[in-house]
Amino acid sequence: MTEIDREIWITGVGLVSPLGESDDAHSQAFATQPTRANLSDWAPYIFYPLTTVDFGKQIPKKSDQRQMAQCQRIGTYAAGLALQSAGLNGDAARLAKIDIIATTVGGERDMAVDTAVLSGLQGAADPAAFLNERLMADLRPTFFLGQLPNLLAGNIAIVHGITGSALTLLGDEAAGVDTVRIAAARIAGGQSELVLAGAGYNGSRKDLLLYLIAAGHALSGELQPVFERASRGGGIALSSIGAFLVLESAEHARERSARPIAKLTRVVADAAGVDIVARETALERLWSQLAPQLKPRHLAVISGASGAEPATSAERNFLQRHALPLRATGSHTGHASHAQFPMNVAIAALLLQQRRLYPASSSFECNIPDDPVVEQIVVTGVGRNYGEGLALLDAFGVGM
Amino acid sequence: MTADRSKTGAVAVTGLGLVTSLGVGKADNWTKLCGGQSGVRYIRRFATTGLKTRIAAAVDDLSAEPFDTPALCNSFATHAVEEALAESAIGRRGDFPGPLFLAIPPLELEWQRRLELATASGAAEPTFDDLLRTAANGQFRDIDQRCQHGSVALLLQQKFGTRGSPISVNTACASGASALQLGVEAIRRGDTQAALCVGTDAPVNFEALIRFSLLSALSTRNDPPSRASKPFSKDRDGFVIGEGAAALVLENVDAARARGATILGLITGIGESVDPFHRTRANPDGKPIAACIAQAIADAGISAHEIDYVNAHGTSTPENDMTEYLALSTIMGERVRRVAVSSNKSMIGHTLSAAGAIEAVFTVLTLQHQRLPPTINYFEPDPDIPLDVVPNVARDATIRRALSNSFGFGGQNVSLLIEAE
Repeated sequence: MTEIDREIWITGVGLVSPLGESDDAHSQAFATQPTRANLSDWAPYIFYPLTTVDFGKQIPKKSDQRQMAQCQRIGTYAAGLALQSAGLNGDAARLAKIDIIATTVGGERDMAVDTAVLSGLQGAADPAAFLNERLMADLRPTFFLGQLPNLLAGNIAIVHGITGSALTLLGDEAAGVDTVRIAAARIAGGQSELVLAGAGYNGSRKDLLLYLIAAGHALSGELQPVFERASRGGGIALSSIGAFLVLESAEHARERSARPIAKLTRVVADAAGVDIVARETALERLWSQLAPQLKPRHLAVISGASGAEPATSAERNFLQRHALPLRATGSHTGHASHAQFPMNVAIAALLLQQRRLYPASSSFECNIPDDPVVEQIVVTGVGRNYGEGLALLDAFGVGM
Repeated sequence: MTADRSKTGAVAVTGLGLVTSLGVGKADNWTKLCGGQSGVRYIRRFATTGLKTRIAAAVDDLSAEPFDTPALCNSFATHAVEEALAESAIGRRGDFPGPLFLAIPPLELEWQRRLELATASGAAEPTFDDLLRTAANGQFRDIDQRCQHGSVALLLQQKFGTRGSPISVNTACASGASALQLGVEAIRRGDTQAALCVGTDAPVNFEALIRFSLLSALSTRNDPPSRASKPFSKDRDGFVIGEGAAALVLENVDAARARGATILGLITGIGESVDPFHRTRANPDGKPIAACIAQAIADAGISAHEIDYVNAHGTSTPENDMTEYLALSTIMGERVRRVAVSSNKSMIGHTLSAAGAIEAVFTVLTLQHQRLPPTINYFEPDPDIPLDVVPNVARDATIRRALSNSFGFGGQNVSLLIEAE
C-alpha cells in the first residue's frame, strides 16, 4: 500500500447528478433533501434521472456531443466543471500537462436495434447470416465509439484540450475507488503533479437495469434509504452521475496559488471476493491502515453504500462497530456505480470546507450523534459484487 | 523516496507467458514468429456470410466454457500467467506477492445469451421490457458478475493470489502497454516489489468484427489470409483482428537479484501522451506520438541514437503506419532509415487490448535471442516510409535497447523502452 509521501490537495471538484450541477447545488440539495427518484417510468423499479443539463456549456461543439454516448457527455461535462473549479480552464500550458484517470461503464446498447434483431433472429432461416446482415446495416460507427470506455478520457482530452496522458480503468464500483487511489499514488510518488480523476455514469439505461434485475440487485417497490433496505432484500436504484476531482501536489498548487478544498490523505482498497464475512474483514483491515492518521473526535463517514445485498449489510456491520457520524449519499442520489466513490470524495471535500455534515435522513444515520465540527471524513466504496475501498480526507488548515 | 527517484529506474522482467494465433507458449510462438509464419486464417468460429472481412488471427488452440469473451479472455490470460509464473518462480502457487494489472476489453452480454433471454421470454417479438421480466426469473443471475468489466481480473486474482484490488485497464490498442506502465510505476514508487501485468483480448466474434468493419479499419484482402496484414507496405489496407494474451512478471531489480531470479530484460523507460486530434485518428503530423516516444527515451535516461530496434505498433492501416514513421523520423532524424523497425502484427494481427503486452513479450524475446523477427508480406515498399522493416525474413543482430510502441483509438499512446539485462 502506498505511503503518502507528498501532500495531495483537492483543488477542484466537478459534479453533475440527479441533485443538480456544481458545488452550490449539491450543498443545497443535501441540506434540503428533495426526492429526485423516478418511481413511475420503470415501475416497479426505481431510478434517479440526471438533472437537466445544458451540455453545450462545457461541450460547446454539437459535433462533439453527437459523437458521445450519454455517459461520456456526463463525464466530460463534470470534468469541465472540475477544471473550472480549479481555475484551470483556458490555462493551455497547464492543461497540456494534466494526467487524466477516468472510469465509466461504456457499452451502451441501442435497445431498439437489439430487440428488432432478436425478434427477427428467432424466425430466421439462417440466423448467422441474418445477424451479420442486420448488424452491418443497423450498427452506427459513432455508436461503437460511444461504447468504448476509454473514449470518455479521449473525449475529455478533445473537448478540454488536454495532452498529458489518459488512463481508463474498468470494473464498476472498484474502478471508481482505484481511479482515485492510483491518481493519489502517482502524485504522492512524484509521478504526476496534476491529475483529473473521476467518472461518468449514465444509469438511465434499461440495458444496465437488466444486469441488476438478473442478479436480484434492482430496487423495486418502495423507496427506502440505502441502509434500510435489507429487510426487503435490498436493491439498487440506478443513477446518473458525473464526478471529477482535480488532484495536485501541494507544491504544484502553491506554485500556481490554487486554493485547496481539502486534503486527500490516503486511499486504500482491496477485493476480498463475495463472502460477506471476508468483505467485513477486508474493511476492518483497510480501516486499520488508516487508523494511525485518524482523529476520532472530529471524524465522520460518507458512505457509498448501494443498497445491494449482502454488500450493504457487510458495510453496515462494519460501520456499526466504529459508531461514527455517518451519511450515505446514495439515499439521495441513487447509485451510479463507478461514479459514486469519486462523487463522495468530492462531497466529503465540500463538507470539510464547511466543517459540518448535512442533516441525517435515516434511522441508521441518526444512531450516532453528530460532531459539531467535522475535520476528517472517511469515504467508503463497497462494490455491489466485489471491491472494498476507503479514502481519508482532511479539512484544510487543521493542524495534523 | 524522493519525487525524482520514483519517476525513473529500471524494473526487471523475470517471467514471460504468451498465447497468440501462432500457438500457446512463448517457445512455439518465437519459432513461428521468426519463421515468418502467419496466424491469420479464415474465420471458422462464426459464419462470415455477408461480411467484407472473413479472416482473423484467432486462437484456435484453446477453448472456454461458455464460449464467450469473458471466458476466452480468462482462458488465454490464465495460460499466459501460468507460463510466466513458472519461469519467474516467484512466490508460491496461488500466492503472488504483488498486485495484478490487467489489460482487458470492455465486456458485455453477448448475442447467444441475449437470444436465450429472448427465447425464455416466450414472446415472438420480444420488447426490452419482456427481456427485463425474463431476467428476473433467476436463471440469468450470472450475467451481472460475468459481464462486469472487472470480472476477469477478479478470477485471476483469486486463482493466482495477487495482492490488493486487481486493476483492469483499457486504453484501447495501448491497453497492454498501460498495464505494464501501471506495474512499473507501482514498483518504482515502492508500493510493491513485484507486479503481475497481463494483457488479454478475444475479439474474434462477429459483432467486434462488424464494428471495426464499419469504421473501415479492417483489411478486406481475404485471399489468402496470410497475406492480408502488410504493415508499411504501399498496398496495406487495414488491420487484421487478432487475439491472445501475454503475461509479464515485473520485479524491483534489487529484489529480483536478491532472490536469485534470472532477469530476462529491463523496462527502463515509459512514455505516454494523449492525442486530442480525433477520436479514431492520430494527428497526421505525428507530434503527439513523437512526444510519447521522446518521453520514453528521456525516462530511460538515454538518447534517441541508442535505440537499436523498434517493435512498431505497425497496424497495417494506411494512417497508422505513416504517422508512426513520421514520429520515428522526428525522433531519430536521418538515422531512422538504418534502425530496424518490425511489426509482429504482420503475423499475429492486431491483438487490440492484449497487443501492448504481447509485443512487449516479443520485444524481450528479441533482445534475449539477439534476433529480429520480420515484417512479413513486405513486397511493395511504401516509398514514403523508408524504413528497414526487417523485410520478410528474420535476421540476427546485436541489439541492446528496443522501443515498443502502442497507440490507441481515443488518442492514448504508450511507448516502452526495454533493454537487455
